[in-house]
Amino acid sequence: MRSLSFRAGIVSILILVLFLGAWHLATSGSSAVQQMDPEYAKLMGLTATQGKSAMPGPLQVGATLWKHLTNPFYDNGPNDKGLGIQLAYSIGRVAIGYLLAVLVAIPLGFLIGMSQLMSRALDPFIQVLKPISPLAWMPLALYTIKDSNYSAIFVIFICSVWPMLINTAFGVATVRKEWLNVARTLEVGPLKRAFTVILPAAAPTILTGMRISIGIAWLVIVAAEMLVGGTGIGYFVWNEWNNLSITNVINAILVIGIVGMVLDQLLARAAKLVTYPE
Amino acid sequence: MTEKLISIEAIAKRYPAPGGGDTTVFENLWLGIERGEFVCMIGHSGCGKTTVLNILAGLDAPSEGVVIVDNVAIEGPALDRAVIFQSHALLPWRTVLGNVAYAVGAKHKDWPKTKINEHAEKFIELVGLKGAEYKKPSELSGGMKQRVGIARALSLEPKMLLMDEPFSALDALTRGTLQDEVRRICLSTGQTVFMITHDVDEAIYLADKIVLMTNGPEAQIAEIVENPLPKERDRNQIHKHADYYAIRNHLIDFLVSRSRTFKDEIKDKPWDPKSVPLVRPMAAPPSAPEPLRKRA
Ligand SMILES: Nc1ncnc2c1ncn2[C@@H]1O[C@H](COP(=O)(O)OP(=O)(O)OP(=O)(O)O)[C@@H](O)[C@H]1O
Ligand SMILES: [Mg+2]
Repeated sequence: MRSLSFRAGIVSILILVLFLGAWHLATSGSSAVQQMDPEYAKLMGLTATQGKSAMPGPLQVGATLWKHLTNPFYDNGPNDKGLGIQLAYSIGRVAIGYLLAVLVAIPLGFLIGMSQLMSRALDPFIQVLKPISPLAWMPLALYTIKDSNYSAIFVIFICSVWPMLINTAFGVATVRKEWLNVARTLEVGPLKRAFTVILPAAAPTILTGMRISIGIAWLVIVAAEMLVGGTGIGYFVWNEWNNLSITNVINAILVIGIVGMVLDQLLARAAKLVTYPE
Repeated sequence: MTEKLISIEAIAKRYPAPGGGDTTVFENLWLGIERGEFVCMIGHSGCGKTTVLNILAGLDAPSEGVVIVDNVAIEGPALDRAVIFQSHALLPWRTVLGNVAYAVGAKHKDWPKTKINEHAEKFIELVGLKGAEYKKPSELSGGMKQRVGIARALSLEPKMLLMDEPFSALDALTRGTLQDEVRRICLSTGQTVFMITHDVDEAIYLADKIVLMTNGPEAQIAEIVENPLPKERDRNQIHKHADYYAIRNHLIDFLVSRSRTFKDEIKDKPWDPKSVPLVRPMAAPPSAPEPLRKRA
């Protein structure tokens, strides 16, 4: 009996091969090539004229992906930049917006978690603000900030702040009373208590919130960049769609997924570091 | 009156009752604890023992009255009164050493880390946990966790040790060993202890004085029982002591019936909660010894 993860790996690879094979067969195309007026053929596209599918196959996508990977940082003007550069823009925006959200959400979450009064007072605002789609803020952000780049960062900020805020407040409010009592009997001051008891006790909950936030931020950045344009992986997708380069769109989708997974795994690692068994 | 380390003076605790008004858990409670004394409190569930202990610890404030420690009224928790919690209350993200050192560092803020750790190690060794310093609480058994809690409290070298049913969650064997250890340590350091227990035998084995509390609500201290057994006692021998059954029966009799009917018992008598009776149950003096029969 091989280990479970080994067997799971084999099945994963099988599924991938099957998927790629099916994709290849579906796009290789074999419909009869028709004879037609060349003007008309132009309008009909490759499917009709060469018997090829307009949808790129895995080999085609793989080839362009290789091109992107070997030369990720080229820059031929605003509409033709390497995938690496576009990703760097997106990751940069997410990082800034997300870090700003951390700086706001965690202290504010502490305040809400520690004070019944603030918790009650801020609750209605949070309840109303939380369900607003982050993209709904975009026009307002563009109008007030007047800078598309900062507006995108603001949208990332606003979408990642809520899960962190709510989780921090919850984690802080539910720290075991006996641990707080330990700190009290040891005459530990409020600041030291916050850092040596409340923060480690609430850290797993806080990191769960941070992990949800990074996921949402990465979802939102693509949409935000499609709206504001200029740079970023979201803009890249939109631009390639306008160029009708489905191959590049598929490449971008793949890369977006992989970066999202990496971000999530980073946070998962961090969460593991601060988790304590009881 | 001898000088008291702790003096509980006229404390009361009331909670708002669901239907308006107040429920009084207890009121006008007086109790003094002398330096070096081991005092146990027993009483039925819900009579307010934990409340008394929390007030002593400063974790809870009385509705009325004061607690005076070394001539100063307490205002909150302090390092001179260490608490051993029933649920051990270890910080799970810290190691055994980390937990004890956290307390030591809180008391001796100016000590360097090495000195803090040395001091902590000394007490970890005292409770028999040498070798487990770098384990996390989750890797310890219930008895070991409770030991860490004991080491943490002792490492503070407090004026007063407060324990709320510290051994109730343990199996009988572990409980016995820990009782032996706590007794040995407290005796050798002259530690003043206030401990809550449900277990009559535990109280007899450990305590110098046993405070009997009547049932709530409006519980009161019925009497203070002085332990007639010698200070040097052996867990396996005490039941052979002449006065053992006297005190045991007295305590059980209280818990079974008198704790419930105590209010009637004192109804028509003058009663001063400031100085409740101090009793010392002893075996009845042997009635006129029978003459030895002469050998034929
Ligand atoms: N927050 C509270 N609100 C209302 N009543 C309370 C509160 N805390 C405790 N009480 C009441 O105070 C009484 C004494 O509680 P306490 O915990 O001191 O009892 P105890 O003697 O320690 O019981 P046990 O032996 O079960 O631990 C109980 O009857 C309880 O119902
Ligand atoms: Mg209790």
